[in-house]
Amino acid sequence: MSLLTIRNLSVEFTTGSGRFRAVDSVDVDVRAGEILAIVGESGSGKSVSMLATMGLLPWTATVTADEMSFDGRDLRAMSGPERRRLVGADLSMIFQEPMSSLNPCFTVGFQIKEALRKHTDLDRKQRHARCIELFEMVGIPSPEKRLSAFPHQLSGGMNQRVMIAMAISCRPRLLIADEPTTALDVTIQAQILDLLTGLQKETGMGLILITHDMGVVAETAERVAVQYAGQKVEDQPVADLFATPHHPYTAALLAALPERATEKRLPTIPGVVPGQHDRPEGCLFSPRCKFADETCRIVPPPVQPRPLGLARCHYPLEVPEGVVPAKVEGASA
Amino acid sequence: MIKYLLSRLATFVPTFLGVCIISFGFIRVLPGDPIIVMAGERGMTQERYETLSRQFGFDRPLPVQFWEYFTGVLQGDLGRSFVTNRPVWDEFFSLFPATLELALCAIIFAIALGLPAGIIAAVYRGKFFDRALMSTALVGYSMPIFWWALLLIIVFSGNLGWTPVSGRMGLMYFFDDVTGFMLIDSLLSGQSGAFKSAVQHLILPSIVLGTIPLAVIARQTRSAMLEVLSEDYIRTARAKGLSPGRVNGLHALRNAMIPVITVIGLSVGTLLAGAILTETIFSWPGIGKWMVDSIFRRDYPVVQGGLLMIAVIVMIVNLIVDVLYGLINPKIRKR
Amino acid sequence: MADASSQIASTVPTRRPGRLREFWTYFKENRGAVMGLYVFVAFVCLALFADLIAPYDPSTQFRTAILQPPVWQDGGTWGFPLGTDALGRDMLSRLIHGARFSFFVGIVVVVVAATGGIFLGLVAGFAPKWLDTLIMRLMDIVLAFPSLLLALVLVAVLGPTLLNAMIAIALVLQPHYVRLTRASVLNERTKDYVIASRVAGAGPLRQMFLTVLPNCLAPIIVQAALSFSTAILDAAALGFLGMGAQPPTPEWGTMLADAREFVLRAWWVVTFPGLAILVTVLAINLMGDGLRDALDPKLKRS
Repeated sequence: MSLLTIRNLSVEFTTGSGRFRAVDSVDVDVRAGEILAIVGESGSGKSVSMLATMGLLPWTATVTADEMSFDGRDLRAMSGPERRRLVGADLSMIFQEPMSSLNPCFTVGFQIKEALRKHTDLDRKQRHARCIELFEMVGIPSPEKRLSAFPHQLSGGMNQRVMIAMAISCRPRLLIADEPTTALDVTIQAQILDLLTGLQKETGMGLILITHDMGVVAETAERVAVQYAGQKVEDQPVADLFATPHHPYTAALLAALPERATEKRLPTIPGVVPGQHDRPEGCLFSPRCKFADETCRIVPPPVQPRPLGLARCHYPLEVPEGVVPAKVEGASA
Repeated sequence: MIKYLLSRLATFVPTFLGVCIISFGFIRVLPGDPIIVMAGERGMTQERYETLSRQFGFDRPLPVQFWEYFTGVLQGDLGRSFVTNRPVWDEFFSLFPATLELALCAIIFAIALGLPAGIIAAVYRGKFFDRALMSTALVGYSMPIFWWALLLIIVFSGNLGWTPVSGRMGLMYFFDDVTGFMLIDSLLSGQSGAFKSAVQHLILPSIVLGTIPLAVIARQTRSAMLEVLSEDYIRTARAKGLSPGRVNGLHALRNAMIPVITVIGLSVGTLLAGAILTETIFSWPGIGKWMVDSIFRRDYPVVQGGLLMIAVIVMIVNLIVDVLYGLINPKIRKR
Repeated sequence: MADASSQIASTVPTRRPGRLREFWTYFKENRGAVMGLYVFVAFVCLALFADLIAPYDPSTQFRTAILQPPVWQDGGTWGFPLGTDALGRDMLSRLIHGARFSFFVGIVVVVVAATGGIFLGLVAGFAPKWLDTLIMRLMDIVLAFPSLLLALVLVAVLGPTLLNAMIAIALVLQPHYVRLTRASVLNERTKDYVIASRVAGAGPLRQMFLTVLPNCLAPIIVQAALSFSTAILDAAALGFLGMGAQPPTPEWGTMLADAREFVLRAWWVVTFPGLAILVTVLAINLMGDGLRDALDPKLKRS
């Protein structure tokens, strides 16, 4: 049973110099209790697609999708109040910057209790008790004292634990973690990841982990979606992805991991992700791809079938025997 | 918090000293003989010149003069008016309630309209409300208030006859000063119609004086709200499923108030400066009119003392604003 | 591996626009700002060619047409489209010549205040702590006085002329530039490019004027626009109080002061000079807002 289903999601921003497509026909599926990792460089639209799901994008964004449903309920057709009953309770999110994601004017206790008051029937005392319980769950020492602290009095790691406590306070069925460890010290990163996966096992919720760190993906995720320049370019179970990447971008990302380096010098991917003003016509990865030919530069690539990891490529790598790669009409090899 | 307070106080002392030096030095250091300047075009006899020179101590070295002036200031001695021969200190405090009453009414008017206007504009940014409110605010901000006062007089006093043109109180009412505030004193006097007269006299000057602070508060509230609304913690609040009312009214406003309070405090200076024009036009018997009259009369002890007192009031208000700022900003409070 | 030329060929040719172009794109988007710009240009033209445009000399008195109302009211004639004042002078000509004074005041005040303020601000931002503290305390002291009051007293001491009024206004506006410049200098100095230039051996003067100053200009330009309008307002206020330009100078504030006694009798002598001030100041403020939005990347739409 799919918990979150998104079909053909696109997000466009209106900017001073025209429209910018941050997310381009992306599909997402998460089953209950599954850990999905969404991987990509900065600017690949991985956060934006999840913010669109939560309904948290600023007014300059236009969201379009063929389907967008949570637990069978259509998110697009929901009224504001209806959606707000869902968001924060069944569907919750934690963010990259724990220091700036908490309101500096209120104590952390107040900010968690606020969510509890909105979504549960607990009274004051029960809310307080639940907060302490949550703080113990996320490993914050002396919770009683910490509840009345202001965010600037806590460290980044502590604040991220507070954010996690807040996100799981109403027992969500899907938690979206947007680069939860990027802004933290390396030593804290592992603790927070362990905490997240532990909580996921304990509560059986679905977890979407947005990251740019392949190491994190290998350790935690069950399935991986790779995003590039707003498009999903590949989607596979984690073991298969590491063993047989089908998209050249995925292959290049994996080759750039220090653990997998075969030469003395770490291989890199030349160039940068295309921005608003230098978007290629054909395959978005073609200017940086070492396999790209004239077709790639002119014709947008097809999405390959499931056995080929849904790779968005004209020439998928490592094609198993008996699988025929999809071709675009009129594209000559 | 205490450390913060002390550091604020520490900057108060040198600024106060500097303000004293400036108000002291104005007439003495700048070109021109102050006594000749005071005499104006009429000129004076050599004898009178020397008497005055001795009276003001101009025949002694500058540092000595300053020391005497400064110790006098600390004891509340600002010298005597050239025209009325009353102590400047006494004159100041007999006129100050009039200005305070006007300034308070003006700032209440400005906050009562400016704050909601700014919040509404920020929440409906880019929409009709926002454009209409902000265009109005910009017109208010660009307003030459002396002309605005004349326009209001033409319409409300001239054409409609609703409000009097000048003063604080109708001529038929007499009662003692108790608080110095006409609104309160007129009620205390028990004379029917006195309070109404006080309100009628107060209403146009308050609007005129409050116009620019109103525009500034509205604009500042809007931009502070817009800045706060783009912060990460607003996204977090929305991710909790809170209603827009709670997100805007509690999470955003609480943070946006920090710069807005600073601006309200800083507009006290604007109010006192604006009072010069407003009081002159409406013949409002307050500090501003007193200063302008004294400048024209070349009543130089009054100009010097008034300048000092006004600067000290602005400094005290700024100090209060700093303390308030510390109280509502937990980053400073809990240190 | 694809070669460089084919890579370029395959990208869609919407290049990132240049800085000035981008600025204009943002500025143009703000319709109020563009309108303000037009009005300002008209105002500058009036100021420059006042002698050619104005129908009469601003101080010629037409004894036969005293307090004549504007053309659309009973008793008005096309000879004096906006009527005449109490001495029979043509309002329109006086208003057009008034633009010259206001423009002059704005330019002089901004140049004087900005030059001094930027220099002091740069020095404060780079100076050792004691000098920094000294400069900023001095500015605090000036800011403790309400600006109009300080200007009024200054003019009273220096003598009531338009030139003295400009000096006084420039002096009281200067601290804003000092504070602004110092704040952005301190902010820029922590950035890597400044540290890099220091490591590369740039001297303090080079750092101040070539490395840091160009990056602090955006807020200063906005402040210049805003203080242009403040200068016009303050000069008019001083003129109104009798401490700026002296009659019969056709300065807008002075004209209003002359007109005060006719408030309830001849609305046009009061209304038009004030309207001229309001429209000019409003246009400049609109432009200033547009400049700020276009120059301040923080408020740009993302």
